[in-house]
Amino acid sequence: MQLMMKGNEAIAEAALRAGCRYYFGYPITPQTEIMEYLARRLPEIGGVFLQAESEVAAVNMVYGAAGAGARAMTSSSGPGISLKQEGISFLACAELPCLIVNVMRGGPGLGTIQASQGDYFQATRGGGHGDYRLPVLAPASVQEMADLAFLSFDLAERYRTPVLLLTDGVMGQMMEPVRLPAEKTGGSPKPWATDGCLGRPRRIVKTLSLDPRELESHNRCLQAKYGELTAHETRFESYRLEDAEVMIAAFGICARVARTAVDNLRERGLPVGLFRPITLWPFPTASLQAAAAGVRRVLTVELNAGQMLEDVRLALPGREIGFYGRMGGVVISASEIEAEVQRIHESSEAA
Amino acid sequence: MSRIAFARPKTLTQARFHYCPGCGHGIAHRLLAETIDALGLREKTVGVASVGCSILIYNYLDLDMQEAAHGRAPAVATGIKRVLPDRIVFTYQGDGDLASIGLAEIVHAAARGENITVVFINNGNYGMTGGQMAPTTLPGQKTTTSPAGRDVSRAGHPLRMAELLAGLDGPAFIARAALCNPAEAARAKKYLKKAFRCQEMDLGFSMVEILSACPNNWGMEPPAALQWVERQMKAYFPLGVFKDTTARATRGDESAGPEEPPH
Repeated sequence: MQLMMKGNEAIAEAALRAGCRYYFGYPITPQTEIMEYLARRLPEIGGVFLQAESEVAAVNMVYGAAGAGARAMTSSSGPGISLKQEGISFLACAELPCLIVNVMRGGPGLGTIQASQGDYFQATRGGGHGDYRLPVLAPASVQEMADLAFLSFDLAERYRTPVLLLTDGVMGQMMEPVRLPAEKTGGSPKPWATDGCLGRPRRIVKTLSLDPRELESHNRCLQAKYGELTAHETRFESYRLEDAEVMIAAFGICARVARTAVDNLRERGLPVGLFRPITLWPFPTASLQAAAAGVRRVLTVELNAGQMLEDVRLALPGREIGFYGRMGGVVISASEIEAEVQRIHESSEAA
Repeated sequence: MSRIAFARPKTLTQARFHYCPGCGHGIAHRLLAETIDALGLREKTVGVASVGCSILIYNYLDLDMQEAAHGRAPAVATGIKRVLPDRIVFTYQGDGDLASIGLAEIVHAAARGENITVVFINNGNYGMTGGQMAPTTLPGQKTTTSPAGRDVSRAGHPLRMAELLAGLDGPAFIARAALCNPAEAARAKKYLKKAFRCQEMDLGFSMVEILSACPNNWGMEPPAALQWVERQMKAYFPLGVFKDTTARATRGDESAGPEEPPH
């Protein structure tokens, strides 16, 4: 059965269906529908919804709940996600699984409540202090918001890591038909959870290692895990790239607009396709390289000053990468992308 | 006939405390462990360590523990307790952690009446980082960041956390004790027992503030530090029970009768 749902609500409902019963959060536009939806639904199904005193407290409540073995989540937008970085670093170090949703808005500072992709660096480079990464999932439809929110809890538990769902104000607010995933319960066994040491040795969830060698060894374990994630969990979508001469690289809302631009340009006879990373970290480097092998030009399109652009450049050394971006909450139109593709295609023809 | 007069509590591990001579943490850990033993809670308790000298408390307590970021122990404890409402959840926090960087977390956990127990060690300075001024540093008290003594006109006034939290509707039991002599230590243990009982009875938030010596950072010999607690700290931070709803909850139970008011 398909339902018409807002992106934010689809995330919330999919999280419940993945067995998440604990939400801790703080109001901030444009993600507030997630918490409002859960404030209504969680008590109905015996879960806990708690409006925390701050973003900092909310993420630390998630830490406690996840450390006690539960599927737990929080959500916010840029300014709130910045506050949560302390807790996210601790979650990554303590290897506690959970879901964190960032419905991006324009920044820096308070910025604006309109959509942006300005938090790409923060999301994909860890965000807080220390050497760590988070799996970062970037949906491009309400259906995918539900699917990836659902997936994130299994992914988080399999790798014992917080997972970041990175979306934006337009995706969060727009309504689309969605087929929700079937309900599941529980999650995997957690032989590290602190739930009282009845009949077993005590367990400790911690992040302090006063001995540098011990901490380096823990860092090596984390890095090995990030290697596993990179090897097995990259996701991407390619669209009409088979015979493309120009490839657009875009994620999330931009990829959605770019898809329309691809269709429009194709109708005008211009061979263009789209490469859409779904995992922003681990970045689908090898797939991007394969996709780019046959095209003459690559254009990265983002709602920022060029952040994913750096990962595209790292993946394609020596290649000239075009960039088109808008900032501060301005959403790109298909016609802007079309004009830019046409421009670089003509310049490559001329060359 | 012989009997065991003194033994290591079951809840204490064999690890040797790393604390400085005369520090109150060792005594407080022991009182806490004895309380948990006495109530038979070890296997159903999850503790939360905070940032400060006592961060390694999980090396000394033989029960499940989580270590929280600086000041966040009440939020972490909230997460645990909401998932495991039938377990006993406590935090063990110092004054910098609880009264400064974690003020929002402690006030809101108390205001929610979160059914957790907070053991709050007030030694008037940041011990782990080497004795800086804390929110509980006394007026005129010298620390490394108030080298001329705390000037309240510039550095503000100390926070009386027990009184502050007792003014809220959420808490069920709030008391302050001092580790300055055996009689006061016994009183601290009595308060701890009451606080944990409070949680067992689902009455809501409980906190025991414990004034404690930090001779090393205070630049005092341990006996002089105990005297400082007895004379200086007690004068600013009066001992006693500031809030107690257990009497109401267990009417007829004499052992849980009302406590003496603060003095």
